[in-house]
Amino acid sequence: MRARNWSEVVITVLVKTAGYSAIVFVLLIFIFLLRESAPALVEIPLKNLLQIRWYPIEGYFGIVPLLGGSLVVTIGAALFAVPLGLGSAIYIAEIAPRWARELLKPLVEVLGGLPSVMLGFIGILVLAPFVRVALDLPTGLTAFTGAMLLGGMAIPTIVSVAEDALDAVPRTYREAALAMGATRWQTIWRVTLPAARSGVLTAVMLGIGRAIGETMTVMMVTGNAPVVPTGPRALFMPIRTMTATIAAEMGEVANGSVHYHVLFFIGIVLFLISLGVNMAAASVVFRGRKRAERILS
Amino acid sequence: MSIARGRSARVRQRIQRLGFFGMTLAVLLTITPIVIIVGYIYAQGMPAISWTFLKDFPREGMRAGGILPAIVGTFWLTLGTGAIAVPLGVGAAIYLSEYAPDNRWTRAIRIAIINLAGIPSVVYGLFGLGIFVLFLQFGTSILAGSLTLAIMTLPVIISTTEEALRAVPNSFRVVSISLGGTQWQTIRRIVLPQALPGILTGVILGLERAAGETAPILFTAAAFFLPRLPTSAFDATMALPYHLFVISTQVPGMPIQIQYGTAVVLLTFVLSMNIVATVIRSRARARRQW
Repeated sequence: MRARNWSEVVITVLVKTAGYSAIVFVLLIFIFLLRESAPALVEIPLKNLLQIRWYPIEGYFGIVPLLGGSLVVTIGAALFAVPLGLGSAIYIAEIAPRWARELLKPLVEVLGGLPSVMLGFIGILVLAPFVRVALDLPTGLTAFTGAMLLGGMAIPTIVSVAEDALDAVPRTYREAALAMGATRWQTIWRVTLPAARSGVLTAVMLGIGRAIGETMTVMMVTGNAPVVPTGPRALFMPIRTMTATIAAEMGEVANGSVHYHVLFFIGIVLFLISLGVNMAAASVVFRGRKRAERILS
Repeated sequence: MSIARGRSARVRQRIQRLGFFGMTLAVLLTITPIVIIVGYIYAQGMPAISWTFLKDFPREGMRAGGILPAIVGTFWLTLGTGAIAVPLGVGAAIYLSEYAPDNRWTRAIRIAIINLAGIPSVVYGLFGLGIFVLFLQFGTSILAGSLTLAIMTLPVIISTTEEALRAVPNSFRVVSISLGGTQWQTIRRIVLPQALPGILTGVILGLERAAGETAPILFTAAAFFLPRLPTSAFDATMALPYHLFVISTQVPGMPIQIQYGTAVVLLTFVLSMNIVATVIRSRARARRQW
């Protein structure tokens, strides 16, 4: 009996450690990004980091064009991913017959599992030439091309989270609406969707978070020109994102150089952005849950 | 009543048809490109696949020969990731589902997991470079790459495993405890076996993502070209996704056949994991007695 109690204690400690490791990893990531990026702030004044010129060889480390590039691609991706993702989620959760549902869900999962380098590969060989000819541009390697592919990568996230949210709406809501003479469409649009809105909002935010952080695809298809985007035309020109800059340049810098520290600084900016997006998404979820508990009690 | 106000049944029917059409269109616009991309890659790449392509080393600056080191590298990286992420992730999920009290600390763990899931893959790469390659001096190695990928995969494994554990009805636990089982006995003999298919599905989907990732291994594990296979966990390695990136962007004059062939091998690697996960899940669902 004693030996058994002893093993119970050991197991409890082990799984507890595993659980708390998640917190430890987030802290470690923050600490190590900070450690490697802090010298950048010492060596170059913050003012220089906020310039509009990124040209590391001559010591210009302005991250504004990179922020702008990430912003343009992300907005473009959202324009594709939000309507398609939410539309697909509504179709799968509310409209599709059972067999179609069983077929569509794994297919969307396949999209989620496609490696980003694979989409970049297809982007270079197929999509970029097509975009160049179809839109009559000097090059097909533009923010638009990246946004299309990135939108595709954000869709599975949006579909699965939004579909869960729609599924969680109690069936009685729908029955009540239908019983009052609403059509199925009115029920979806005015009852189910509003009832699931916090989950739907979370889905959109997580999808956008995914798009901001994508690296390989944008590095391969957006042309990598660090120009400050101005106006909507920027969508059809080459740009360069923060993620692509890190991936493309980290391999070539000397460890401990200014350039190296600045790349880590971009990393910490990305880390903080993703933290912001995810905290916001999480708080929506927690708030929604509290509201549901209030209604049910 | 306000829902139906003011519109004739025919108008409402027409709006419904329009709405359904829109949603169907969204699904088709999402699904069709996936099917086309997968089909196109196989159509273009299958002619390049041969026994020698799979078992030979690259030759002539990678413009000829096979991709064996990249296949082996991805295999080891995926295995290493699993060896680290599975015990840790399943353990964390067991804690959250079976042990954790509902308090501030547990909520902090959940928020940490949500944040881990959202951190960009290239930031994991930076972190891996900072901590494993440089600080712990593992160098650019399979070990550093696997550790980096494992931390990135952790949130997927934790959340899917927890979901699978929570799906086991509470009455199972109550019966086991009432028969004199301890908490760990109950988990190991009752809860885990019941949740196993769900856990496997989550683990495979997590590893599928790790196998296809490039950004986290760029600075932690991947080598441009190596004339031999890795012999220890401290060796750098070639890897399929990184190799596809290299030959499609960094090597001029690369034969298109080899590019598509590499894409086919990577796609097969990833898709077969996906299919296994889907099959396990649907078979378990059909056989479930509760």
